[in-house]
Amino acid sequence: MRNMFGRSLFGRSWLIAVFIFLYIPIVTLVVYSFNDSRLSTVWTGFTFKWYVDASHDRELIDGLIISLKLAFMSATLSVIFGTFTAFVLVRYGRFKGRGLLTSMANAPLVMPDVIVGISLLLMLVALQKWLGFPERGIGTILLGHALIGTSFATVVIISRLREIDLRLEEAAMDLGCKPFQVFWLVTLPLIASALVSAFLLTFTLSFDDVVIAAFLSGPGSTTLPLVIFSRARLGLDPSINAVATVIIVVVSIGVIASSLYQLRAERRRQREVADAYAQGKS
Amino acid sequence: MRKQSIMPRLRRLFTVRNLVIGIPMIWLFALAAAPLLLVLNISLAHMEVTSVSSLWHWADNELTLKFNFGNYLYLGEDSLYFDTYVSSLKFAALTTLYCLIVGYPFAYFISRAPEHLRTMLLMLVMLPFWTSFLLRIYAWKALLADNGVVNNGLMGLGVIASPIHMMHTSFSLTIGMVYAYLPFMVLPLYATLVKLDGRMLEAAADLGASPFKTFWLVTVPLTKRGIIAGSLLVFIPAFGEYVIPELLGGPRTLMIARVLWDEFFSNNDWPMASAVTIVMILLILVPMALFNRYNDETRLGEKS
Repeated sequence: MRNMFGRSLFGRSWLIAVFIFLYIPIVTLVVYSFNDSRLSTVWTGFTFKWYVDASHDRELIDGLIISLKLAFMSATLSVIFGTFTAFVLVRYGRFKGRGLLTSMANAPLVMPDVIVGISLLLMLVALQKWLGFPERGIGTILLGHALIGTSFATVVIISRLREIDLRLEEAAMDLGCKPFQVFWLVTLPLIASALVSAFLLTFTLSFDDVVIAAFLSGPGSTTLPLVIFSRARLGLDPSINAVATVIIVVVSIGVIASSLYQLRAERRRQREVADAYAQGKS
Repeated sequence: MRKQSIMPRLRRLFTVRNLVIGIPMIWLFALAAAPLLLVLNISLAHMEVTSVSSLWHWADNELTLKFNFGNYLYLGEDSLYFDTYVSSLKFAALTTLYCLIVGYPFAYFISRAPEHLRTMLLMLVMLPFWTSFLLRIYAWKALLADNGVVNNGLMGLGVIASPIHMMHTSFSLTIGMVYAYLPFMVLPLYATLVKLDGRMLEAAADLGASPFKTFWLVTVPLTKRGIIAGSLLVFIPAFGEYVIPELLGGPRTLMIARVLWDEFFSNNDWPMASAVTIVMILLILVPMALFNRYNDETRLGEKS
């Protein structure tokens, strides 16, 4: 009677039911990528032909390359600006404009993509009229993705910055490090794991986005989600299932590997810290 | 001599500090705040042949400001817009409610699972979130179609004789929305539930509260933060969702983002689209402010 549900049958069935709900679409995508029928609703036989089709599909391949490039650049920018934002918000105490910075960093976390897309597009069009650039393309999509990414990276990095032991930085300062050296040699290595998480998260956000890309893309910058979206609007396309399965497999391996790695790194770090304290005391 | 060198040093320090503050400030202002101000500006203009009219006009040493509130008046007059805003709010609220009903017990059970299982269960919640959102929504098309997996399965089991029409209805839209946003509800709920002090629940039980009463009077109030955060994380983006209504919704499931999209891409009426956007922002301003305050509060709270 320790709590209402405990490890009851009800609790277990609820967990299982919700997990089925979460995974059924993914399983369906994978299963029907091997289905012989073009109507991806009835099972007629096992085939690899949609994978062959997808690998010859120039539109999909080009989209994939553009999306990977874009996601890499967006994640890089997001981590850089996210680190600045998080550092300023955590370490700089009170300053003029703190509220503004917090709001501007928080807003894109929940702001509907349509609003972000439309407002950035209107600004870029106005700029183009005024200065003659930027042309719409990968660069303009990048700005949109990096804005969203900065906000998410900030959240991830902030929580790590809060955790780290300030005494380590103070020690470095006492030993004569300049503020920049402290940041580069002490703080940055300490938050490295958060930077990796932030990079992966913002990479995924960019790789996934349809709406912002739809507003900000130009000729020659059709990302993979844009290709998938325009086909999905028309109906079901088994090549998409094949692409989806490849993405799901890659992402699953990546997520499992990185969480195992982080778990191990975290344990090692805690052990090292514990050892250090133990030696200090003796 | 030493004392004299402090002032310039201090001054240098302050400029470095301001520079560091300035970088994220300018970046976010240019990409987050400035575009919204421009949208506000354009919403007060009207469409000229190829471009948007200018709000100010300088002639004969006189500055004339011309605001066009016509777009907003039109929004109020045309019942399509009003109905769409109401319908979007309704779908967002329903999505939030269903996510809470499904997600709260779900997060609760995960938080009460043995510790070694918890990490794995959380990873299982996150995993779909990392795989493409678009593809997962697309998958529901195959699941809910008239000759889709769900109908075929139910007919195979003999539960139904003929397929139930589910695609392009408010049912398919709601399922898709709950599916997509459930992890956003579960994670903040889990974060507060896992910190819940078990002794509080024991105390309530010792004092004679029934399990239900304990849950309602102790657990829920203690996890209020998670409930608010999760609800806002679901409600605000759901209100402006475009992809799910486009792929799973039907002609009668009105969502404001689709209207905005058409206004922009098909009608090419930028001032009108801007006015639609500004009203959208006004409608989510209160939840956004709440989210902002909440987010800052938890951050400060963590510190102490």
